[in-house]
Amino acid sequence: MSAATGRADLVVEGVRVGYRPGCPVVDDIDLTVGAGTLTALLGPSGCGKTTLLKAVAGLITLQSGEVRVGGSSVIELPAERRPVGLVFQKPLLFPHLSVGDNVAFGLRMRGLPRRARRERVTRMLELVELPGLTGRRVGELSGGQEQRVALARALVLDPRVLLLDEPFSQLDADLRARMRELLGRVQRDLGITTLFVTHDQQEAVDVADHVALMLDGRIEAHGPPVEFYSRPATLRVARFLGGTNEIPGTVSGREFTCDLGTLEVPSGLADGPGVLVVRPEALCPGAAPTNLSGAGNVVPATVTAVRFRGTHQTAELRLGGALPATMTLSPAFRIAEGEEISVRLPVPACHVVPFEHTPQSIPSPPTVEGERSRA
Amino acid sequence: MRRAIGPTALAVGLLLPVLPLLAWAVSGQWRYPALVPERLTGRGLGLIADRDVLEALATSLVIATAVAVLAAALGLGAGRAVGMYSFPGRGVVQFLLLAPALVPTIAVALGIQVFLIRYGLADSVAGVVLVQLIPTVPYVSLVMGAAFANLDPDVEDQARMLGAGPVRRAVLVALPAVRPALVVSAFLAFLISWSEYILTLLVGGGTVRTLPLLLFAAIGSADYTAAAALALVIAVPPLVLIGVTSRFLTGATPATVGFGRL
Repeated sequence: MSAATGRADLVVEGVRVGYRPGCPVVDDIDLTVGAGTLTALLGPSGCGKTTLLKAVAGLITLQSGEVRVGGSSVIELPAERRPVGLVFQKPLLFPHLSVGDNVAFGLRMRGLPRRARRERVTRMLELVELPGLTGRRVGELSGGQEQRVALARALVLDPRVLLLDEPFSQLDADLRARMRELLGRVQRDLGITTLFVTHDQQEAVDVADHVALMLDGRIEAHGPPVEFYSRPATLRVARFLGGTNEIPGTVSGREFTCDLGTLEVPSGLADGPGVLVVRPEALCPGAAPTNLSGAGNVVPATVTAVRFRGTHQTAELRLGGALPATMTLSPAFRIAEGEEISVRLPVPACHVVPFEHTPQSIPSPPTVEGERSRA
Repeated sequence: MRRAIGPTALAVGLLLPVLPLLAWAVSGQWRYPALVPERLTGRGLGLIADRDVLEALATSLVIATAVAVLAAALGLGAGRAVGMYSFPGRGVVQFLLLAPALVPTIAVALGIQVFLIRYGLADSVAGVVLVQLIPTVPYVSLVMGAAFANLDPDVEDQARMLGAGPVRRAVLVALPAVRPALVVSAFLAFLISWSEYILTLLVGGGTVRTLPLLLFAAIGSADYTAAAALALVIAVPPLVLIGVTSRFLTGATPATVGFGRL
């Protein structure tokens, strides 16, 4: 589970948080963030990510468990004395203070003299690409600027760990992408250990060294982003990432026996019943096949629907005439509803996860469009 | 230019009614159908410098200021409790806070007078201040409750993450955020106290003489010159206060936003 490289700076062990006894929102969480790395805590709305973040920050009391920052426990410390910075979803700037005074607030709490404060505030505003805004009123800032000031305000205190609670979710898509870049750069420049909460897969994959997927108050998977897409640990993970095709069957060595015949799968998979998952963009279309053997991982398919999606098109298929599947194609590819085609499942793209007796109602991540209308 | 419209309208609306008072205050004789006073006199304006009037002015200022400060302090706490926290019986508490403003104050005061006499507070400035808190605290609590309801509770958590302890969170973050509402509601309390007559007469027993008491006495004796002059003395301090707080009374300050949420 532990995906940390090198020294671990933030360690969360067996953390359980709940607002009522016996009904934990966050249940027995283990999470490690390596020094200087950025871990994205990814999960659907209401899965407990923010609760976990607030627990680490000290704003919510733990029912049980341990939080260590830089090797020492912070459980006994009140939030205001933890070596942790937190940037909320909203900028939460203090409206009666100027931009500079907002950034300097934490330094003022530490009793730093005015001159030293000014110097560090100037440097920090330069870092977030807002030089010379010290004297500006908070009300004159744009949404992106506000959130950058909030970031500078947290970073100026030089926290051991930086926590970010969906800090860009209220910005529009274009600005959000630029803010991600800025965050990535600042994080690397300062080498600050960061835990970044998001419900946006793209955002998680873009900025993070490691992704921890949280579902229903538990960490479901934790690893580098690439593994999430190519080798998801469980069916739930594969489903959360969206658009996966599922083929139930049985693994035996490098052979996978299912209704479509016998398919070839990569080596190293556990023998026994499982679900073959393959992503829609991995499927390759071909001419109509003559047999149903599955030889060369080619299976016959019927096109039941074609949808144009702008940058690509998706075809709904029935593999072997029965099994529903989705295939992503370039918009130029000529395909029509009702057509009989063949589909190849490239061996490296096939992955088998254990059977799971979970209902299909895994919360699916919001689409980009859905997100915009939400904001 | 647009910014000046609000304060200007406020100033004109408040100053126009004062003009006839000025005319009355300098008229020795003004009977129907004369359009202007028939005879001018300096008696009315001279009254303003009268020792009794100055003493009443001082008493009024002391009482109104004390009421404003105490009501603001009490309302601040009450408003924070009902505005920011949800607890069982919050609706009942909200109603009880407002109840004194709904019941005729004179009825409450008559009952309380017994206790004020027992504790030696009757016929004293302290007693008058206490009894005037009854009609003022509800309004301050109401306004402050709305102001705190508008305050994002995460703001204090944010301050906490920046190292601010409970006291500094309250003083440096929460208080500045609700300050406009606090100024406006304290002003409201000052005005209620400033023009209070019945409670002052009842509890002060005529010993505590405020400006409204003198004004009623002048009206009672049909001395319109004195009444007009006293009315002017009563009208001026609130106008000065409005001038000072007009920044908070016009425009979209949290205070007015707060009223919108009531």
